[in-house]
Amino acid sequence: MMSTASQGARKRPHRWQFAVHVALQPLAVTALLAYVGSVLWSVRIAFSSSKLLPRSDWVGMMQFERLFETERWIVSLQHMGILAVVYILGVLVLGTLMAVFIDQQVRAESGFRTIFLYPYAMSFVVTGLIWQWLFNPTLGLQNAIRQLGWDNFTFDWTVHPESVIYAVGLAMVWQGSGTTMAILLAALRGVDDEQWKAARLDGVSKPRYYLSVVLPQLGPAYATAFVLLAVALVRTFDVVAIMTSGGPGDASEVPAKFIIDHLFGRNNIGLASAASVVMLVTVFTVLTPLLYWRARVQAQQRAGH
Amino acid sequence: MNAPTHSDVRTQGSKTTRPRKAFFTPARLGIYAFLLSVAAFFLLPLYVMVVTSLKTDSEVRQALLFAWPAHAQFGNWVDAWSTACIALTCDGIQGGFWNSVRLVVPTTVLSVLLGALNGYALSFWRSRWGNILFGIMMLGAFVPFQVMIYPLVAWFRMGGFYNTYWAIMVVHCVFGMPVMTLLFRNYYVAVPQELFKAARIDGGGFWRIFIQLMLPMATPMLIVATILQLTGIWNDYLFGLIFAGKDNYPMTVQLNNLVNTTFGERRYNVDMAATILTSLVPLAVYFFSGRWFVRGIAAGAVKG
Repeated sequence: MMSTASQGARKRPHRWQFAVHVALQPLAVTALLAYVGSVLWSVRIAFSSSKLLPRSDWVGMMQFERLFETERWIVSLQHMGILAVVYILGVLVLGTLMAVFIDQQVRAESGFRTIFLYPYAMSFVVTGLIWQWLFNPTLGLQNAIRQLGWDNFTFDWTVHPESVIYAVGLAMVWQGSGTTMAILLAALRGVDDEQWKAARLDGVSKPRYYLSVVLPQLGPAYATAFVLLAVALVRTFDVVAIMTSGGPGDASEVPAKFIIDHLFGRNNIGLASAASVVMLVTVFTVLTPLLYWRARVQAQQRAGH
Repeated sequence: MNAPTHSDVRTQGSKTTRPRKAFFTPARLGIYAFLLSVAAFFLLPLYVMVVTSLKTDSEVRQALLFAWPAHAQFGNWVDAWSTACIALTCDGIQGGFWNSVRLVVPTTVLSVLLGALNGYALSFWRSRWGNILFGIMMLGAFVPFQVMIYPLVAWFRMGGFYNTYWAIMVVHCVFGMPVMTLLFRNYYVAVPQELFKAARIDGGGFWRIFIQLMLPMATPMLIVATILQLTGIWNDYLFGLIFAGKDNYPMTVQLNNLVNTTFGERRYNVDMAATILTSLVPLAVYFFSGRWFVRGIAAGAVKG
């Protein structure tokens, strides 16, 4: 689409030009100052020896070296790795199953959809508090099930350092699966039903049909879901801060919380900025090829129709 | 992905007209068994939260998590609203509720209108600069918040309005802008340019075309954007904690303070009542807006 507007009736172009410039001021300020400016400044701070206040000296990679010698940071990264598997993989698998099963012309479809999606409408604060309560070893789910007669039932993951991060992952899966289901379901409804008729004539079973015919066509929807989950994973702060405060010890510490703690509680903005730059680089390294691939597939699909 | 919002609603009901299959085949039973158990997984925490909030203190100590209270009562809700202690003040969570209302209403209106204005200016008044800014903004949507927080705090401090109502308002507008702009840009790009040209020939100026023609035309998008921002800002915790300052703490921050920083014995029934009160607004929006909410997710997903 060319700029057709400029070929239209052009009475007082200067005044319009002025109005457009005025209208785009908030966008310009936000994009240039809040996004570009703040990122550049953070990168600059990451290469300085700043502690409580920003300093303008230049210390090279010192903050990054110190960062990767910090036990707490390494542990945070490991936890993010675990959450990447538990949360992203968990949501993708559960979301796929929910979407495929809902797509089988079930009764009360909208009821199921409403139930699967409602946790997403609530704050992560609420999610964190509910699951903190359920994981309470004396008053929560564990004791309730034991009183029903199942004496060895254990559900106290938040108490133990080795399992607490999985508790966080479970709460995040509970909160986020509905969104992925909604995205995949919308894509499933776009798949041509004629393919199933053809596949059935060839004797293909329904599970096989979904695995080898339908799901491969959902590539762009999966890319979308994955990107949203990855961005959410990197931002994970609220649910951890509320559910476990990163504990016991630092057993559920995550990078976003590490950064916020060092910015505000520990007054080490140099180290925090270095950590945030590492996150920034990671995000764009993972997402750029994926977004590029998705744009290409979508362009091909549009051209194919 | 250009117009996800139109296709979304249409496709969701499209299969209901087909004849239903027989109910009692093993495969059908398996499907329903799966869906029902997943539904139980999603509903269980909500059920536990509601039941606990209706129990007395001694019933909570019995640890019968699923049991319905002998005498369900809303006393805990009243306590959570008006007398529960947050640190040393015992006014309940009502202050946080009103802080959230004062914040969410104007901020939602402002950020939706800014998004509409951006979308309109970018799609009908194309300029190279506009497109560059838009590109930057779309990249900015993927930048982790943590990278931007310190510079914003420092600038707000210099401007003398860190920890104020205005700081938190600006922050929500800044972080909401990519999705808001994208929503309206995608909407307006699909509007025929002829309509816009006709309005210009009739002598409409930039602002008049926007206010009298384009804004009313985008009513569905205005609804979707409002739902998205309203729930998003209401549910925010991190920005409220960092930018709003003690006097303006939103309800989510107050809720966490009420639950996690109380002195003495914790009253879980009051905690759960406060949790429900905090999620009432977004839940009401979700249940009453139904498909509009899902459209918001689909539209927001375009960014990703």
